[in-house]
Amino acid sequence: MAVADFAPGAVAEPQDEPHATGLRDDAFRERMAMLGLCSPALLLVLVVLVSPVAWLFWLSFLANDGSLSLEHYERMIASKSYARIFWTTFQVSTLTTMLCILIGYPLAYFLSQLPPRAAAICLITVLLPFWTSLLVRTYAWLVLLQRKGLLNNWAIELGLWDEPVKLVHNMTGTLIGMTHIMLPFLVLPVYGAMKSIDRDYLKAASNLGASPVSAFWQVFFPLSLPGLFAGALIVFVLCLGFFVTPVVLGGGKVIMVSMRITDNIELFFNWGAASALGVVLLALTMGTLYAASRLLRLDRILGEGNG
Amino acid sequence: MRNWLNAPASETQITHGQRLWLYVLAGIIMILLVAPTVIVIPMSFSASQYLEFPPREWSTRWYDHYFASAEWMSATWTSLTVGTLTMLVATPLGVMAAYGLHVSNFRYAQFIFITLITPMMVPIVLIGIGVFYVYVQLRLVNTILGITLAHSILAIPLVVIVVGAALKTYDMNQERVARSLGATRLYAFLAITLPQIRFSVITAALLAFITSFDEVVIAMFISGGDNSTLTRSMFNALRDQIDPTIASISTIMVLVSTTLLVASQIFGKDKGK
Repeated sequence: MAVADFAPGAVAEPQDEPHATGLRDDAFRERMAMLGLCSPALLLVLVVLVSPVAWLFWLSFLANDGSLSLEHYERMIASKSYARIFWTTFQVSTLTTMLCILIGYPLAYFLSQLPPRAAAICLITVLLPFWTSLLVRTYAWLVLLQRKGLLNNWAIELGLWDEPVKLVHNMTGTLIGMTHIMLPFLVLPVYGAMKSIDRDYLKAASNLGASPVSAFWQVFFPLSLPGLFAGALIVFVLCLGFFVTPVVLGGGKVIMVSMRITDNIELFFNWGAASALGVVLLALTMGTLYAASRLLRLDRILGEGNG
Repeated sequence: MRNWLNAPASETQITHGQRLWLYVLAGIIMILLVAPTVIVIPMSFSASQYLEFPPREWSTRWYDHYFASAEWMSATWTSLTVGTLTMLVATPLGVMAAYGLHVSNFRYAQFIFITLITPMMVPIVLIGIGVFYVYVQLRLVNTILGITLAHSILAIPLVVIVVGAALKTYDMNQERVARSLGATRLYAFLAITLPQIRFSVITAALLAFITSFDEVVIAMFISGGDNSTLTRSMFNALRDQIDPTIASISTIMVLVSTTLLVASQIFGKDKGK
């Protein structure tokens, strides 16, 4: 009954045993009912996500003749082409994350300094790409960056370069497209963190004689770091598994893990190899998230120690 | 103008003039964020086989081509159907889960929450091939039901997070009052709680729709034939060549997402009242 909600602390009153058990039973039943509400969503996730991934995990340990083996993993370690793919994936993810930080941090800072109404209007420029299909945005970059595209035409007219430069179907195009697509994922958490910084700290800093520049670097920047860290983490992890943009803008020259996985399925029908790669990709993603959560917790402990 | 440049811009007495570089930089970044998608719109009205900006000759031939093509129309229809169904599946399931997690002080609630949001963390390609493998056995490949269920697990985390955040700021005592006055739990939720979190529920539903509507990778594996989604067909067309028809479809998709964004902004506005 509703009483259990009001006084969860009173459940374990030692004096009147029968009431206590009754309340405890009610509380238990209530909890189970509430958990029951989660079960349809949970069931769907278990059937459509967890069980297939578990299957792939199993498949990755089966050799092509059906016996248990580490064949696929061994090949992954031995083969140079796999090493190159992992290196490319790491490179693209790191560079994109760095570009997003360099471009996104100033933008988030600018937004956080605006009065609410102006900020709401400017935020639309971040939200609009966020809501627009990534396929559409990738296509737009393909059109802009191609050999006879807008960017080459304008640059030649302006005299920046004489010949059309190859801007797409390579690493450059991939990085441009991915940075554009990932930017909102960085700007939004950083902006949120910046908005929650108490402005009185900055007033205090300048009152005590800090120049605007040192007030920023010594007070504002450290306080915005958790947001920046969270944003960078999201971008990095999303980049690790990215597929569409590198396929379209990389033109076969930038091969990431996710692309090799689909090739293994679509071209070679090699489920074992694809699964093994997928398991490693998943492990890398989860490992990054776990390491980051540990680091963040450490950061919080250290922060409390200092404060 | 001079006054504004010399006026302090923040708590640290820095002036707008000293900060001009930041304004210019932010302006350029904001233009770069929006321009690529916006520029496709005029280009889609170009008459030539090569996309030009600004177009030398205007025409709607690529739109005509899109609307006349049975293949594109069927793909659009599939995407709209799957998007709507995903919204109808993910929103109630997500709201139920968010409510259950919020009310329950069960010690495994955190674990359930993490399980529900794993689809956001698992690389999408892995979900794609995993779902494909299981669907082959269940004969769900290339079916509307199959795509809807797969897209729903992508949308549920968003619904749980958005609605969960709204419930955190909502005062549960209101519902308790209603129940102490004799309302059943369900009635109290529908009559008292739901109306107050409805803006978040609507936003969550729109997000669920757009998640499905824009999804490419899973659709690439499990949608095909008559039930090929719009994004899947676009992706295939993109891999082959730059077909100007894509520009007209892109324009329509930008229109759809802008409408949804505006809708979410209008509904979201009352949230902070």
